[in-house]
Amino acid sequence: MNMDVRHINAFLEATKAVFDTMIKLPVTFEKPELGTRKEQYDVSGVIGLSGDVVGSVIVGFTRMSAVQIASAFAQTRLEVGTADFADAIGELANMIAGGAKAKFEGQAVSIGCPSVIIAPSHQISSPSNAASICIHCNTAAGRFTIDVAIQSSTKAQTSPAATASNGTKSAIPAGTPA
Amino acid sequence: MRVLVVDDSKTMRNIVKGILGTIGATAIEEAGDGQDALSRVDAFKPDVILLDWNMPVMDGITFVRAYRAKNKTTPIIMVTTEAEKTRVMEAIQAGVNNYAVKPFTPESLSKVIETTMAKAAAKKAA
Repeated sequence: MNMDVRHINAFLEATKAVFDTMIKLPVTFEKPELGTRKEQYDVSGVIGLSGDVVGSVIVGFTRMSAVQIASAFAQTRLEVGTADFADAIGELANMIAGGAKAKFEGQAVSIGCPSVIIAPSHQISSPSNAASICIHCNTAAGRFTIDVAIQSSTKAQTSPAATASNGTKSAIPAGTPA
Repeated sequence: MRVLVVDDSKTMRNIVKGILGTIGATAIEEAGDGQDALSRVDAFKPDVILLDWNMPVMDGITFVRAYRAKNKTTPIIMVTTEAEKTRVMEAIQAGVNNYAVKPFTPESLSKVIETTMAKAAAKKAA
């Protein structure tokens, strides 16, 4: 693994900024832990990074926390499966990834189009050589997880595609990064 | 104040519209990408354009270049997660008047809009 601790801090700072500023929901972080991408989510926003840093970021939720947090963000009650729900989750993931990559000093990084995956207890796999760091986050509206699997690169590469599976997956494109 | 809000996220457009309602916007038009904005802007005649950067079909910076190429002077505020200095410089060189980084508070976005409108009014009066 070649993950820079500054990158992890960037995600912590970006997540806090998004929740403090736009959702008015204080967030606390548990100690980051080495992930294996075996975690299961009911709803996840996934964004790929490319350029001097490559990999992917997952913002994963339980169904209940996704509804609560997306609704707080959109300032209206959102229901799972609607376009507005997917849009809110995608934009949330986009702002976290975009805010983090802006803190990658001296590294030119692009973020890709967010996808929102909605399926009970799904897992998202990455290439076997991509270790990840899991950051569990707690808010009054529920718990969610930032799962970062990135590494610095000296040459531009295509970010590894994340794939979801649980047998009943549904992926909803949620626009592009903002 | 007539405002064209260009963002591919409906959630974000709604949030921005809510803020605009508190600072005296009299008419708001929405567009989901740069191409959509180009098709609406001449008919709507906005006083200011709030523009996302990364969008499908046509991104914000391409819209700015296309719009400014037509000698249009309506103020444009980029509202985006693209916060790197190089990106800000690129936007300003393309013709963006001001810049607001997501995430933003209602107060910070309002201030950017009001500052931009005040500068535009002063320039018009000069």
